[in-house]
Amino acid sequence: MTINGKAYIAGAYEHPTRLATDKSVSQLHAEVAAGALEDAGLSFKDVDGYFTAKAPGMGPVSMVEYLGLKPRHLDSTEIGGSSYIAHVSHAAQAIAEGKCNVALITLAGRPKAEGMAVVKGDFKGPENDFEIPYRPVVPNLYALSAMRHMYEFGTTSEQLAWIRVAASHHASHNPNAVMRDKVTVEDVVNSPLIADPLHRLDSCVISDGGGALVVVSPEIARSLKRPLVKVRGAGEALKHMDGGRPDMTSSGAVRSGADAFAEAGVTPQDIKCAMIYDSFTITVLISLEDLGFCKKGEGGKFVSDGNLISGVGKLPFNTDGGGLCNNHPANRGGITKVIEAVRQLRGEAHPAVQVPNCDLALAHGTGGWVSTRHGSATLIMERE
Amino acid sequence: MNMDIDASKIPSPGVEPDTAEFWAAANDGVLKIGSCNSCGEPHFYPRAICPRCGSLDVGLKEAKGTGTIYTYSVFRRTSEPYALAWVSLDEGVGMMTNIINCDLDEIRIGQEVEVVFRPSESGQAVPMFQPRGGR
Repeated sequence: MTINGKAYIAGAYEHPTRLATDKSVSQLHAEVAAGALEDAGLSFKDVDGYFTAKAPGMGPVSMVEYLGLKPRHLDSTEIGGSSYIAHVSHAAQAIAEGKCNVALITLAGRPKAEGMAVVKGDFKGPENDFEIPYRPVVPNLYALSAMRHMYEFGTTSEQLAWIRVAASHHASHNPNAVMRDKVTVEDVVNSPLIADPLHRLDSCVISDGGGALVVVSPEIARSLKRPLVKVRGAGEALKHMDGGRPDMTSSGAVRSGADAFAEAGVTPQDIKCAMIYDSFTITVLISLEDLGFCKKGEGGKFVSDGNLISGVGKLPFNTDGGGLCNNHPANRGGITKVIEAVRQLRGEAHPAVQVPNCDLALAHGTGGWVSTRHGSATLIMERE
Repeated sequence: MNMDIDASKIPSPGVEPDTAEFWAAANDGVLKIGSCNSCGEPHFYPRAICPRCGSLDVGLKEAKGTGTIYTYSVFRRTSEPYALAWVSLDEGVGMMTNIINCDLDEIRIGQEVEVVFRPSESGQAVPMFQPRGGR
């Protein structure tokens, strides 16, 4: 079974807050849910499918009660920041199988208000005992991949910096972005080293907020007044250490991207803009290579000279400013990638970053740690 | 910037029924790796199943304790910077570790290293690595 053409994204909403000291996390879930349903022209009583990953209490059980939903289909697939991109695919599958017709996906969190400055991988998995004595934290786990990529392919800090530069150009047009100042390559490489070779400006922001999506059946999509954003293809993968034989310069995007392109029946050259999860600059570079936008090892060259800047380069990316500059709610920003792709496909992105004739867009998430283990989810959407 | 890691700052691993032999060996100064009695392939981290072939007939074997640095990163946002690394062991599998007893700015991918044990907060010894031959 394919999901190509079986579901549409009818509602998308990004919470404008970036510091939510005055709101509970559950409240943020409610506000983004209401926002996405209003955007679609639907209401809470229309929802018959609910999707979330990490959420207060017992996840979907607690959230469904808080929101007053009575869904007949549930999914709480938890693959970090890539969860919400996978949820769109799972929602499309459920709709195609008749399990639900209006699927609501929510993400919310407030790491900024709660002071989670450096995120530890504080999970209790079987691998944990063999890693926590060495004090892995999120930045140095991503840095392991960056260091190896530089060693294998000659990638430079200046090349990685271009990714931040592009994001900052886009964020300068986003009034909600945490960091709205345009930066230069020099600004990035001269910012303090956090974990060699990654600098402060190679890292995403820490922000509160959230987002929500509403995925619906074709019949419902056509009954609504919104532009039709069709799900064309999706893929997902889990990448791990393979029993102690890591390849830290590639990601799950190798598989999730190939599956998504095959299902959509398109190629990377057809994609008008890409929203790529950007926990760090290196995450984007490796994803671009693995998704097939350039050859392995040539990501540094591909991102240089403004190639990711809308109106300048060949592949506009993260036109909202991304996690690097705009918003990284709940320390897992995957849902914002789909939201900005929907804006682009509807022609509702900021005019300064709107890609002309944007009829095909990609969203991709890397959830976890690019070096050691992560979930990977790719989604291709089309403006019908 | 020569430094060792303050032992009081090494978080202790949990010891589970399927990893107790590994940690007991570490306390004796011996590095072991997982080994499958069915397919013969090594694995790391040790566990009750072979991740290569799915056999539950697994055990541990002693590693030489030598390898090369596959990648590393010096974490600087702390009062005592430290080097997180992945070391490829000579047996063909690798492990996460810290590189210690060296100038952090001299660490290089491909560098030959050898195991050295350090007590964690609970006293449980954990394997770390230093440049081969010591410094």
